[in-house]
Amino acid sequence: MTEQERIHCDEVVASLLEYLDGELDDARRARIEDHLAECRGCFSRAEFERALRRRLQALATEPPPDSLKRRLKAILDEF
Amino acid sequence: MEQGSLRSSRQCGRSGREPPVCATDNRTFFALRIEELADRLYGVALRFTRNRAAAEDLVSETVVKAWAHLPQLEDRTCFEKWIFRILANTFFSQCRHRREETLAAEEDEDGFSLFDRLHQPFLLWWGNPEQELINKLLCEDLDRALGALPDCYRAVVVSVDLLGHSYAEVAGMLGVPVGTVRSRLNRARSQLQRALWQQAQAAGLVRGSLDEGDAHD
Repeated sequence: MTEQERIHCDEVVASLLEYLDGELDDARRARIEDHLAECRGCFSRAEFERALRRRLQALATEPPPDSLKRRLKAILDEF
Repeated sequence: MEQGSLRSSRQCGRSGREPPVCATDNRTFFALRIEELADRLYGVALRFTRNRAAAEDLVSETVVKAWAHLPQLEDRTCFEKWIFRILANTFFSQCRHRREETLAAEEDEDGFSLFDRLHQPFLLWWGNPEQELINKLLCEDLDRALGALPDCYRAVVVSVDLLGHSYAEVAGMLGVPVGTVRSRLNRARSQLQRALWQQAQAAGLVRGSLDEGDAHD
């Protein structure tokens, strides 16, 4: 990669969440990945955001109350 | 609801189509999938609505709509992504009436970073404060911070971070430009991280933290 193609930490920070969301095009994603492979600070930042997101994703699961189970059973029985 | 949102995506699952099935098989398949996904349907509905009764209504409405549109689902390996799109769409259609809150919320500033707060030289001296905080946060802390977001912000965080929807998908469901989703997401994450920082400070989870005034850039 040429010096011109390299990106700096502030650009990585600005695009990091979009990178983690899978919203960047291939070329920009590759440049960020090259940077993360070499920059400990940005790598740590990316790992922190990933870890925080994993914790948030755990909130997507919650045992349904009995009232909802009964309601769903009644709905399914009608189909 | 927009019919387009109920059509199956060809981007997920196997390339081959499932064989045609009879009505009994349809019902069995549907009931099994609902049973398997009940924890996630309710969990996501609860994060969207912040209200147990409303979450039950949202899941029930989603299940009824999904059954009605099941024949449109071409690739059944996409069932999970498909039904969560229905759930999100159903919630978003309820939210479209809350314009005032959306406009008020979008005036908030953004740019707060938990990592920047924790990654300070005097905190690093004690070890790895970022990992330490991640390990100490309770589900309750995250739930409270997420729940404190305005509806329009929480909706995009739940859609993108919990459900893995793309910005374009969320924009389509909300009927707003992709740039609006991006800016709401940035502000939502900023507010979420600020709330987590304030909770962590109040609970004494961060050592040598900056004072409250510094936490508001």
